[in-house]
Amino acid sequence: MNDILEGLVSAFWLVVTFDPDLMQISLRSLQVSLSALVIASAIALPLGTFLAIRRFRYRRLTISLLNALMGLPPVVVGLIVYILLSRSGPFGVLGLLFTPTAMIIAQVIIITPLIASITHQAMRELWAEYHDLLISLNTSGWQRIKTLIWDGRRNLLTASLAGFGRAIGEVGAIMIVGGNIDNATRVLTTAIALETGKGDFALALALGFVLIALAIGINVSIHWLSRTEREGRW
Amino acid sequence: MSRMLPLTLKDVAVRRRGKRLLGPVNLTLHPEGLTMIVGPNGSGKTTLLRVMHGVERLSDGSATWAVAEEEARHRQAYVFQTPIMLRRTVADNLRYPLQLIATPRAEIETRVNHWARRIGLEARMGLQATRLSGGEKQKLALARALIRKPDVLFLDEPCANLDGASTRDIESILQTALAEKTRIIMTTHDLGQARRLAGDALFMLHGVVHERGPASDFFSAPQTAELQAFFRGDIIA
Ligand SMILES: Nc1ncnc2c1ncn2[C@@H]1O[C@H](COP(=O)(O)OP(=O)(O)O)[C@@H](O)[C@H]1O
Ligand SMILES: [Mg+2]
Repeated sequence: MNDILEGLVSAFWLVVTFDPDLMQISLRSLQVSLSALVIASAIALPLGTFLAIRRFRYRRLTISLLNALMGLPPVVVGLIVYILLSRSGPFGVLGLLFTPTAMIIAQVIIITPLIASITHQAMRELWAEYHDLLISLNTSGWQRIKTLIWDGRRNLLTASLAGFGRAIGEVGAIMIVGGNIDNATRVLTTAIALETGKGDFALALALGFVLIALAIGINVSIHWLSRTEREGRW
Repeated sequence: MSRMLPLTLKDVAVRRRGKRLLGPVNLTLHPEGLTMIVGPNGSGKTTLLRVMHGVERLSDGSATWAVAEEEARHRQAYVFQTPIMLRRTVADNLRYPLQLIATPRAEIETRVNHWARRIGLEARMGLQATRLSGGEKQKLALARALIRKPDVLFLDEPCANLDGASTRDIESILQTALAEKTRIIMTTHDLGQARRLAGDALFMLHGVVHERGPASDFFSAPQTAELQAFFRGDIIA
């Protein structure tokens, strides 16, 4: 019990004094997850919107596939990315294993289906609402997509935030492909796992505080966004 | 008077899941005035209107304007029974149809201001359209339909569930549009409104045009027993 109390106190000091190790790890976490977020959003937002408004041959199949991918355990994603990037794997020559890039790749694979799926859901509702009007106004396909993306921008932001929340809190996959190397691939979640194992509760808790703060910040934003959505203002 | 008309429907039928919703309908709409479509619920009024507007898939027959399809699509507008509001401000809802056709900005603002005044919403231009009352939404939908100055305007029960004042405002806007030679085709449940506005009228029953005529004959001397019964307020089987 005493250990934990002491840990809490020193954790608090690590945070308020901007401890360099803590800062470095937090920033790397943000850098990896934000990069993954940008790349995943660039793929998932148009894909989800497209799935919502276009009927094509393999639409049902694509949606099922997306939902299946959403359920992939991150550890398995990590394993697959590891095999692909390992020295003897097909992309071994790129030398990406145990780099932040490998971690970004794993996170992109994990959150793209999630963002695409939430986008698809929201855009399908909006399209059902707008369908008759946009057809009647003789809009082109491109004008329809622009209108839906613009008027659904809050939903899209919510989808992206959900993806970011999943990415920043994820540990299994990035542990495997990043290797949790000090000063190179150590991020909030993998550092917490390591420090806890070593019994250094102070740093582990401080890292935990930062992670919790980020998670709360994201959830508050999502909540606020969906509230403004319902009340129809912004 | 528009070059678009006459509109000719030839052997039009709409079937969905093996059920015939409309047809066969053979009909020519002449170039001027207001055509009123009346009939009991489920008789196919909305379906007919959507067929004319070109947004309902035909199972049979054809609907042709006097101009090419593409041009006809540009020159008509439709007000849905339940107004569809874009999740934008009132002003942006009015701007939207003009932005789609790349209207110069100054022209857009002139027309938006004109219509804001005309529908009495100039003080609420910055409000989210989804927050307007039912009557205000319907007026906004009408203004948004007329802002491109269409040659032909379709309205599906524009005054359903509206109070007297809103109904009067909408009828006044329609009268002005008529005076400016907009061709109007609409449905209504309100026989008083039908009499006030109609130039000619159609009576729909079981998916076909059961009776048709100039307003004067249609309302004062209905020919078929069913239309007489409809005017008496009887339930028509
Ligand atoms: N998409 C659809 N699928 C199946 N039935 C439909 C569809 N749309 C309308 N109907 C049916 O077609 C009939 C005519 O509908 P409608 O044109 O809306 O009549 P009205 O506008 O005169 O009330 C009704 O019986 C209605 O239930
Ligand atoms: Mg109807």
